[in-house]
Amino acid sequence: MQKFANPYLFLKMANAVLPVLWVVTAVLFILGIYGAFGPSPADYQQGETVRIMYIHVPSAWIGMFAYGLMAFASAIAVIFRHPLADAAAKTAAPLGAVFCFLALVTGSIWGKPTWGTWWVWDARITSMFILLLLYIGYMAIWQAIEDQHLAAVIARVVALVGSLILPVIKFSVEYWNTLHQPASILKMGGPTIDKSMLWVLLIMALAYTTLFMALHLVSLRTEIALRKISNARLSEIRGR
Amino acid sequence: MMRSTLMALLKRDITLARKQGGGFGAAVSFILAVVVMVPIALGPDPNLLQRLAAGMMWLALLLSVLLTADRIFQQDFEDGSLDLMTMVAAPFEMIVLTKSIAHWLMVSLPLAIIAPPLGLMLNIELSQLPMLWAAMITGSLALSLLASLGGAIAAGLRRGGLLIAILILPLYIPVLIFGVASTTLMMGPQSSLPALLVLLAITLMCLVITPIASAAALRAYLR
Repeated sequence: MQKFANPYLFLKMANAVLPVLWVVTAVLFILGIYGAFGPSPADYQQGETVRIMYIHVPSAWIGMFAYGLMAFASAIAVIFRHPLADAAAKTAAPLGAVFCFLALVTGSIWGKPTWGTWWVWDARITSMFILLLLYIGYMAIWQAIEDQHLAAVIARVVALVGSLILPVIKFSVEYWNTLHQPASILKMGGPTIDKSMLWVLLIMALAYTTLFMALHLVSLRTEIALRKISNARLSEIRGR
Repeated sequence: MMRSTLMALLKRDITLARKQGGGFGAAVSFILAVVVMVPIALGPDPNLLQRLAAGMMWLALLLSVLLTADRIFQQDFEDGSLDLMTMVAAPFEMIVLTKSIAHWLMVSLPLAIIAPPLGLMLNIELSQLPMLWAAMITGSLALSLLASLGGAIAAGLRRGGLLIAILILPLYIPVLIFGVASTTLMMGPQSSLPALLVLLAITLMCLVITPIASAAALRAYLR
């Protein structure tokens, strides 16, 4: 990983890996979507709408995974001062926020036919919504502070504090939800997920992961390019 | 040596807050405004108000403390005193903690004492008052600490207020949940003591985390 602190080497690696990653992503998605509509069965309770699960659940997983990646990258930035760590955290945030948002939207669409309502203050849904707010706050820091080096330091603090308080938030929202006992909600896909559904879910999860990785690498490439541009502009101004 | 430094800083901040107004006036006006707006928005039905009173008072407390968040470090940052404070005999984290405690003593704690009786206007039950006081006073320290974290993160920014709100409100959620729970649970068969103890635990956790984070953010701005 230390080797990739050199942006040039990182770019070489990224350029080599990306095409492979895109191909793998495409294959996994084709497999997953075929599996979602073909072999996997309709649910005994929900009917065909259960197929939304195959895009909803992986979206939620990636939304949470991205925040963990952001926190990990920020920790690396604080401890090792790896130059690309801040960029990795910065670029992971919008991706994670979009996946988080998609999870909420697909969940809402799924909820209307199955639960009869667009939104429910369920513990998990509320936690996802709060996670979206945390993403937005983090992205706001990068926007609000002009000096990118200063923004990086503040963003590290925000990401790390957010990740420390996130378990507390999750725990408190679970507690809050058991206090205010809502109407019982149909569980996803029945009591335990059947093997016929599980393999499709795992393939889609893998597809989403490789998609995220590909998008993240592209984002990092762009970020490095933007930095080069701004450095070139600054040196041109200084050179005059 | 360190203790006298921190005590001097505490006295200075308290005196400044007393003479200039550390935000307490604005915060009290805000709570009064909320207490007026809630029945106007929801209707004067006393039963409805009673069910909502504890939660609404907590929300009012949260938002009014958040209102004062950007002043905690702003003045000292702008006139250079914060720069000097990084060079004294005490660790900067302790300086930040002292300023947060000054904010608590002059803003959050008085608000936490005033808010429950104001809840009577929202038809809160008299029997809920002691627990509401206990919970609000315990939670008010966490609110001040998190508000100072917000103030530190936005110290160098001009329009920091809205950014502080979006950053700190999610962090306020556990305080809000356990604060309201310790009040409303009293009406049921369960004891509300566990919720109060968790609130205390959250406050203690903030006591450790927020000065370190705030100091890190402020150091970045001061460089």
